[in-house]
Amino acid sequence: MRYKMRKMNWQKTRENLIKIFFEFSGIISIAVLAGIFIFLAFTGMQAFKEISFAQFFLEKEWNPTSYGNPQWGILAMLAGTAYISLGALIIAVPVGIATAIYLAEIASPFMRETLKPIIEMIAAIPSVVLGLFGLIFLAPIVSALFNINSGLNALSTSILVAIMTLPTIVSISEDIIREVPREYKEAAFAMGATRWEVIKKVVIPVSSSGIFASVMLGLGRAIGETMLVLMVAGNARAFPGSFLDPVRPLTANIAIEIKEVVSGDLHYQALFATGLILFAITFVINLASDIIIHKQLKKLKP
Amino acid sequence: MPKNIIKVENLNLWFKNKKILKDMSMEIAEHEITSIIGPSGCGKSTFIRTLNRMNDLIPTCRITGNIFYENKNIFSPGIDVTNLRRRVGQVFQKPNPFPKSIFENVAFGPRLYGEKNKNKLNSLVKKYLERVGLWEEVKENLNRNALSLSGGQQQRLCIARVLAAEPKVMLMDEPCSALDPISTAKIEDLMQKIKNDVTIVIVTHNMQQAARVSQFTGFFLMGELIEYGKTNDIFTKPRCKKTEDYITGRFG
Ligand SMILES: Nc1ncnc2c1ncn2[C@@H]1O[C@H](COP(=O)(O)OP(=O)(O)OP(=O)(O)O)[C@@H](O)[C@H]1O
Ligand SMILES: [Mg+2]
Repeated sequence: MRYKMRKMNWQKTRENLIKIFFEFSGIISIAVLAGIFIFLAFTGMQAFKEISFAQFFLEKEWNPTSYGNPQWGILAMLAGTAYISLGALIIAVPVGIATAIYLAEIASPFMRETLKPIIEMIAAIPSVVLGLFGLIFLAPIVSALFNINSGLNALSTSILVAIMTLPTIVSISEDIIREVPREYKEAAFAMGATRWEVIKKVVIPVSSSGIFASVMLGLGRAIGETMLVLMVAGNARAFPGSFLDPVRPLTANIAIEIKEVVSGDLHYQALFATGLILFAITFVINLASDIIIHKQLKKLKP
Repeated sequence: MPKNIIKVENLNLWFKNKKILKDMSMEIAEHEITSIIGPSGCGKSTFIRTLNRMNDLIPTCRITGNIFYENKNIFSPGIDVTNLRRRVGQVFQKPNPFPKSIFENVAFGPRLYGEKNKNKLNSLVKKYLERVGLWEEVKENLNRNALSLSGGQQQRLCIARVLAAEPKVMLMDEPCSALDPISTAKIEDLMQKIKNDVTIVIVTHNMQQAARVSQFTGFFLMGELIEYGKTNDIFTKPRCKKTEDYITGRFG
């Protein structure tokens, strides 16, 4: 009897300990996230004591080291980020969604089991390797194709970043599409819809918000991508006029300049401000997509 | 005997190596209601899903024998399956409206067959919602999501969706098993109203329902058609001992 009591107590304690452990881990992740944010915000916001918001966001010139007349406009680099991430999406969205539909609705189980892991493995390629591939392989092709001096530009980078975002888009879209209940598809088939009509009129509309969220997550990845863009984007500070121009996205700029700055000076603070903006953008994108995906899954599982 | 719209000849069906339907032959009378009864797992659903070739969607399914729809063999290579399914519609056990508006649900078939004219669609949607007695209940807001309707309303919406495709035959697989008695009564009334336009084949576990609604009844047991005839005869003077045992509730 006593033994049993003790045993039960121990079990209870153990359960409590496990619970505390998980709660603790959860709290730690939140704390780390908040910590990074505060750290970024604390240093970054100090930049705005001397640089006005208008100057920072609306001016095209970024030249912190110019003697006597430093310039702090990030617009050209924002444009660089926008070119690369939108360019990547223009390529990755049609390819990614078509692949997801193929995997979920058309491929035989064998093809799906083979292809999906392969696509997901793209995510495991270190971006420095893709960067090398871009430098040695893709950039020369792009420069030859368009008859330009260098293929290190927004186009080459978009293509490579598109490859990096594909696993996110394909994998999440495919999961969502596979959650579309069989009952809906059967109803459409029984009305005389062809397989393609079922996809177009039932599967895609029903899973559209989840597919949209997967694209947003891909966008988040594209915006945050650094090593690859550092290697392939060309890194010119000028405002890009077309996809064939070299660009310097925000991420690359931080990576390039952080080595040259004096800790604590205005340039240092301005780079942190840039980091803060990147963090805010990707945080909002990820949070929004997460919410959309959860809503979608709840809708599909009544 | 009235004219037959469907004729089944020596139908056998396997899933993988398991034989599910065994040498079935039966004729389905046009403009009548035929019910299929039998214990769980005897192949009722599988049988009606062969009539519109929905079993094509199951890769392990293999079929021998013939089924004639309006004297054309539905398994012959020249048959357009989508066209067959348009003629032979199906209502499922669990109401399965699309998670779209009421309007879009009813308009699904007409749109699928190429109707684009908004006025025409409006009048079709109204016509078929009226036909299933749903119009008065939903006319205020046709843009409401169909999933916000009650189960019984959803099932009537599904029937409207099928009717809007103007089928000649409507297959109903236990359409009332998830519904309350009032909703069930509404659907039974509806079946009587539409049977002059569409021939109905209904699977049911509810013996009273079969007796109430149908003119012909087939009794299935372990993949065999044990007895088939006028509903009245099946329920009052079954020829087969097994049928009698089943309808009197002695097994099943
Ligand atoms: N897709 C499938 N693959 C393999 N076997 C199946 C499949 N669908 C049904 N079966 C089997 O076929 C047999 C007949 O099933 P069916 O659903 O036609 O029965 P039913 O008479 O409609 O039963 P219930 O009254 O429970 O709905 C069952 O043994 C079932 O396990
Ligand atoms: Mg069944």
